[in-house]
Amino acid sequence: MSKRVGLEASFAAAEAARMADVDVIAAYPITPQTHIPERLAEMVADGELNAAYIPVESEHSALSACLGAAAVGARTFTATAGQGLELMHEVVYVASSMRYPIVMTICNRALSAPLSVWGDHSDAMAVRDAGWIQVFCQNNQDAFDMTLWAFRVGEDPRVLFPVMVHFDGFHLSHVTEPVILPEQKEVDRFLPRFQYPFALTPDKPMTHGAFGPPDIYSEAKIAQEVAFRKSKDVIIQGFKEFGDIFGRYYHPVEPYRTEGAKVLLLTMGSFSETAKIAIDTKKNKGESVGLINLRLWRPFPFEELCQAVKDAETLIVFDRCISFGGPGGPVSSEIRSALYNEKERPRVVSFIGGLGGRDMAVKDFEYVIDQGREIVEKGSEELFETVGIRGEVTGIRG
Amino acid sequence: MDGKFIKFGKNLVTTDEFVAEGHSFCVGCGEALALRLACKALGKDVIIANATGCIEICTSPLPVTSWRVPWIHTLFENTGAEISGIEAGLKILMKKGKMPERDIKCVAVAGDGGTSDIGMQALSGAFERKHDFLYLCFDNEAYMNTGIQRSSATPYGASTTTAPAGKLSIGQTTWKKNMAEIAVAHDIPYVATACPSYPFDLINKVKKGGEVKGPAYVHIFSPCPTGWRYPTDLAIEIGRLAVETGIFPLYEVENGRYKLNIDRPKLRPVEEYLKPQGRFRHLLDGEIAKIQEHVNEEYAKLKAKVACFAA
Amino acid sequence: MTEKRLKTGPDFIWRDMEVGNIVTEAGSAALRRTGDWRSQRPIIDKERCNKCGLCWLYCPDVAIKLLEDGYYETDLFYCKGCGICAKVCTREAITMIEEEEE
Ligand SMILES: Cc1ncc(C[n+]2csc(CCOP(=O)(O)OP(=O)(O)O)c2C)c(N)n1
Ligand code: SF4
Ligand code: SF4
Ligand SMILES: [Mg+2]
Repeated sequence: MSKRVGLEASFAAAEAARMADVDVIAAYPITPQTHIPERLAEMVADGELNAAYIPVESEHSALSACLGAAAVGARTFTATAGQGLELMHEVVYVASSMRYPIVMTICNRALSAPLSVWGDHSDAMAVRDAGWIQVFCQNNQDAFDMTLWAFRVGEDPRVLFPVMVHFDGFHLSHVTEPVILPEQKEVDRFLPRFQYPFALTPDKPMTHGAFGPPDIYSEAKIAQEVAFRKSKDVIIQGFKEFGDIFGRYYHPVEPYRTEGAKVLLLTMGSFSETAKIAIDTKKNKGESVGLINLRLWRPFPFEELCQAVKDAETLIVFDRCISFGGPGGPVSSEIRSALYNEKERPRVVSFIGGLGGRDMAVKDFEYVIDQGREIVEKGSEELFETVGIRGEVTGIRG
Repeated sequence: MDGKFIKFGKNLVTTDEFVAEGHSFCVGCGEALALRLACKALGKDVIIANATGCIEICTSPLPVTSWRVPWIHTLFENTGAEISGIEAGLKILMKKGKMPERDIKCVAVAGDGGTSDIGMQALSGAFERKHDFLYLCFDNEAYMNTGIQRSSATPYGASTTTAPAGKLSIGQTTWKKNMAEIAVAHDIPYVATACPSYPFDLINKVKKGGEVKGPAYVHIFSPCPTGWRYPTDLAIEIGRLAVETGIFPLYEVENGRYKLNIDRPKLRPVEEYLKPQGRFRHLLDGEIAKIQEHVNEEYAKLKAKVACFAA
Repeated sequence: MTEKRLKTGPDFIWRDMEVGNIVTEAGSAALRRTGDWRSQRPIIDKERCNKCGLCWLYCPDVAIKLLEDGYYETDLFYCKGCGICAKVCTREAITMIEEEEE
């Protein structure tokens, strides 16, 4: 029997790693990720998890140790946030290019300066081009489910890419919610043993990480890109298999009450949960609104996104990250280019808010929808709008 | 791999070559020879993690490889961490029965830059956590792969591209960082220095380092004709001179106990070592005297440590 | 496929890349000729050679091969002509001569 327990997202992710029977964990503590390595270290110390826990001296080394462990065929897990992910940056690209299916939880955290331990998506966006599968969680059940799913998909021989599971620092990482935990035998049914076909062994000496002269580097990169895009089929298949076993079905793009809606709001992560309440309130008042939760960020689900928004007139995209000097938040600029060649497409309005842990309440999402609608009618001088900033924000143009 | 040996007195050296011919080390490269000998000492049951540098670049041009043993390169500064993951991964997979129990040596290979500069933190972490691995530092005393830039292992007075000798400078103005002593300070079971001009000594030390349980470190002097500017046939002489002048003494530290492997009653003057090398050509007598004095002091310190354990 | 993987060129396309750019053929770089780097060539005089093997031991390029009869021979496909073998030979059995244009 599966059981329902109160867990914060950090413990839910740790529990998923335990049930996945990970072999190697290498992690370095950083707020708000600390509860994950602490919990895993405790499990290892208590014999609840038969794994090597490597208490490395930095995040750069955390992910580097994961590379080594994955190269010999170990199921490998790590977790970090904000500055930690920045310090790893160099290694992040190597993991995907060398095709090691490491699973990494990111408790999303704002980037310094000024120093902030609180949540936004700047860390996730800084690695969006690095070739990792990236999914965002709305709640703690997601945190458990996506972690388990990440091993299944990343390790699939048709995929062999690392996966980042994102959930918002503090808003999810430190908040306790009910989580349904499956039985071990269900997990085992969903997640086969990791069989890495190129494991380093003296029995068949292979070379990992040879360097790429100009006459071969481009071919290597295109091969990687084609394989990465193809992984979307397995990603979707993995969602389906997960649903068939555990009863919860996930999708790259998840519409909420969008039927016939003229105005759509698009959010990611924990904001989607709060935004749903704003949508409900507005629907009750008879407004034609709906929500899109973007779960899969990389590889970007172009087809699914275009399909989900094609009938709307307005699409309001809410980013938790600034792309300095760019056309708007990274999510909105991605979505604008996704829609650019579509015949039927909504107008896109870009909002930025919730930076560095700033709370966004239901009324803030209502405000964003109202403002977005007004901007479509009246136009705006600015490239993007902000929410919750004290003082009038002007001068955001090219 | 036919497992044959060639006999040199009481020493047997395998004819197996683990780094294939056809590599692109420079003509007369001492690092290539040191690597060749070290790999002979290690044999085939190894996994090698290699930092970025001459060794990596000269042995792994896609789509081919020189390596006949399992080998991985990822980055410049993370080799200590990477080998930690390899070691921990193998151990736990064997413990969980996912892989048959066997002895596989985990060996990290890096240059002096990848070791004593940018890779120091990761290496220190791996030493401190007491992973069972051997770290080989191939010391050619500069960042050679990127064009002879100074490192903290570049010796005093050497001219490099980022610390060039000029009207106002003698080149490197700091004394060489003593990486072997830094390894010793981590209280690891085995530390040694080696030089390919003494091939049997080098092979023995690498073998020992591989067999020791826990971290081991061998610092290998690797003459570089390109960066040091000496004729391509001189690698062996240069290595011998480094040892015989006391500039690069050959010693071992086993469980904290020092032992000099080659101890000449009287050191040769450092000038003999400095003279053939273009990187020292600009040094005037005063500077050479200063180097001599420093070598005398350092050698005396080392001998004092050895003396502590002589009785 | 195997043949293709060993050499880039017009026939080598992106589909020939192994997953993660892994090289599965151990020691495949041995097909690379480095002998054309040479400006000097070692000549071994069998009369003087006492089969000590020091040239073999010290060659950085694995370019000296042990023959059945115990003598040594240079492998000019790989020999880069550094002259180390000639220097370490205690019997002066190896001399370096200028490489002639072929
Ligand atoms: C993070 C990073 N910084 C710099 C470099 C450039 N780089 C590559 S190898 C190298 C020097 C290697 O020197 P060393 O470790 O002494 O090895 P050698 O080439 O001398 O054998 C440098 C500076 C790099 N690859 N990565
Ligand atoms: S630069 Fe020096 S160490 Fe590097 S390959 Fe050339 S001779 Fe060897
Ligand atoms: S000249 Fe150099 S490369 Fe050629 S055989 Fe002699 S030692 Fe080897
Ligand atoms: Mg160097």
